[in-house]
Amino acid sequence: MQAKTTILSLPTEEFVHPGTRACTGCGLAIAYRVGLKAMGKDTILVVPPSCLTVLQGLFPIASTKLACLNVTFASTAAAASGILAALKVQGKDKIKVVAWAGDGGTSDIGLQALSGAAERGENFIYLCYDNEGYMNTGVQRSGTTPIGALTANTPFKGKLQQKKDVPAIMAAHNLSYIATCSAAYPLDLFDKIRKCVDMPGTKYFHIHIPCPPGWGYDPKYGIKIGRLAVETGYYDLYEIVNGEFKLTAASEKLVEKRKLKPVREYFRSQSRFRIITDEQIADIQNSIDAKWATYYKKDE
Amino acid sequence: MHIIENGNVAAALGVLLCRANVIAAYPITPQTPLTEKLSEYVESGEMKAEYIPVESEHSALAVCIAASSAGARAFTATSANGLLYMHEQVQWAAGARLPLVMCVVNRAVGAPWNVWNDQQDSISQRDTGWIQMYCCDHQQIIDSVIKAYWLAEKVSIPIMVCYDGYILSHTYMPFEVPDQEKVDAFLPPFRPDYALNHEEPANLNTVTLPDVRMDVRGEIAHGYMEIRYLLQEEMRTSLTVVAEAEKRFTDIFGRGGDPFIEPYLCDDAEYIAVGLGSLTYQLRVSVDVLRKEGIMVGVMGIRFYRPFPDVAIANALKGKKGVIVFEKALSYGYEGALVSDLKSALYEHLAGTGALPVVQNFILGIGGRDIRTEDLTQTLRAATKSRVAKEPVWIGLKI
Ligand SMILES: Cc1ncc(C[n+]2csc(CCOP(=O)(O)OP(=O)(O)O)c2C)c(N)n1
Ligand code: SF4
Ligand SMILES: [Mg+2]
Repeated sequence: MQAKTTILSLPTEEFVHPGTRACTGCGLAIAYRVGLKAMGKDTILVVPPSCLTVLQGLFPIASTKLACLNVTFASTAAAASGILAALKVQGKDKIKVVAWAGDGGTSDIGLQALSGAAERGENFIYLCYDNEGYMNTGVQRSGTTPIGALTANTPFKGKLQQKKDVPAIMAAHNLSYIATCSAAYPLDLFDKIRKCVDMPGTKYFHIHIPCPPGWGYDPKYGIKIGRLAVETGYYDLYEIVNGEFKLTAASEKLVEKRKLKPVREYFRSQSRFRIITDEQIADIQNSIDAKWATYYKKDE
Repeated sequence: MHIIENGNVAAALGVLLCRANVIAAYPITPQTPLTEKLSEYVESGEMKAEYIPVESEHSALAVCIAASSAGARAFTATSANGLLYMHEQVQWAAGARLPLVMCVVNRAVGAPWNVWNDQQDSISQRDTGWIQMYCCDHQQIIDSVIKAYWLAEKVSIPIMVCYDGYILSHTYMPFEVPDQEKVDAFLPPFRPDYALNHEEPANLNTVTLPDVRMDVRGEIAHGYMEIRYLLQEEMRTSLTVVAEAEKRFTDIFGRGGDPFIEPYLCDDAEYIAVGLGSLTYQLRVSVDVLRKEGIMVGVMGIRFYRPFPDVAIANALKGKKGVIVFEKALSYGYEGALVSDLKSALYEHLAGTGALPVVQNFILGIGGRDIRTEDLTQTLRAATKSRVAKEPVWIGLKI
């Protein structure tokens, strides 16, 4: 097993200029900065419209120091395939291609292209940063918005449906590597990217991204809230390596501890959940407990 | 080498000879045999290229856009609803100024479903910023693909090479396949000014403001409007490059002609039939019949629809008594798109000169409705006698 990266061993070279256009306390800004460090400079990025487009800056000034192709909303993974093909025919196969897309751009409009690329086994890393809504267009619901969340187009009742499980959809494509991460654990993201870079085919990352304006909390609490999602067992950090599922990092430690924080703490930390009732939280708590009972059982 | 093959194979051979190295496609009739042929060339090793069998046309063009941005010579082909499904990417490719070549094997668009030929698909993409070429036979298909790559790479504007589904795509005709050496002499390897690469990182197609903006060195960079203005400006000046392409082509391959229009018995004609694609060759038969009756009629095919060769068209039609425009597509709510464009060219260049012809518009062959030469002859005969109607007249309509 590779040694875990610490804040001291993290490469010092930066690929994102300071002072981006992301909101104060944006989880994406953290994940992007550290994720690009893990990729290094021999990388070409693909980005569809999203908060990341804004973070990257307005022409002619860019906040990212890596080559990047901005593409249409539905076409991220297909565009990555096109770059890979161009690099291959020019004998430049050493260059890595990395797609960064939002949850809307992944779970909804970009799912077809992603599924196609994954099925073809295109050799690239696809990172979905999941801030659980269409934030760039003003916080509308997406396929990955959780049940109960108020958004601009679920304004009174909150979202009535479950969050779409995109990593599970990707797992059905038999990928060499799938990981879930969180902006609250950036070093874990760094290590997971480094781990899978040379694995074959499409590698899929799902990164939980706390978003102050979209979720409704004071920007200084972003990391705390991201961690709460993990510590309550609500959002799990895991890897699926060649079909093998394994909890990782903070989630793995929770199995050892056998102790989760009450999920209520997570729900009561964000105003998007302000209409959720105690009964609904109790239901969610039950399903978390049931899920974790299976994790504990496996660990026995 | 002369061979007898169908129009799709002519297109595929053109792509092979041009050494396109990234191909992405999604099946749709009547384009399928073209892209199947290319997959054969690639799998057999005859063609050194990556062939990506994508999951949709939107992705087919996404692959081409990205591959071209990263320095590859890319190709795709489609028809009808496939082209419509690509529409967002069609606009994107032009805005990004990528020299893609795409064959559009013309077919009617749904609803209702119809797999037969008309030209509503490519005509509906007129305003996307792509150059559009129309072919009349198999020789023109293969030659147009070759010219298209040279031209596209010269002006950084993508090109649709359009040819009629079935009538050209699935029929067999003799044509000459140029030698590889000649094609290589005509078309140098693709060397874009900038291709995405990690050593000189650039962020392409970022959000661009309504107004110009200073870069970090203090230089003024274009706003969105300047970028779009340049597309229009360079599309218009590409008319000169089209002429240059034709001359280069004629010098190397020994065949060529007027780059913009294809006249048949037009010099002494009083009336000229105008159209796009294979229809204009069928019209030649009617012209021959009418000439025997002493009716002075000719036919003119338009090879480039965008950029619109307004000067060439106005010059060719100057002083004629009448122009009869036949179209397999229309701009619903008015008339054929071509006739509107043509009338605007005539007004611009001939108004007040006394040389303005009367213009009439006929719609035909929609959804593959049989186009009978007899009907064409009769229509032309009537149209030379007097103006049939102000509104476009549908030929062969059974209502
Ligand atoms: C085809 C198309 N439809 C809609 C849009 C508008 N749009 C731009 S960004 C965006 C939201 C993106 O949401 P997500 O992918 O979750 O990224 P986020 O903004 O949340 O970071 C939408 C709907 C678009 N650009 N293109
Ligand atoms: S809306 Fe959310 S994800 Fe988007 S930039 Fe702001 S904090 Fe980041
Ligand atoms: Mg989002």
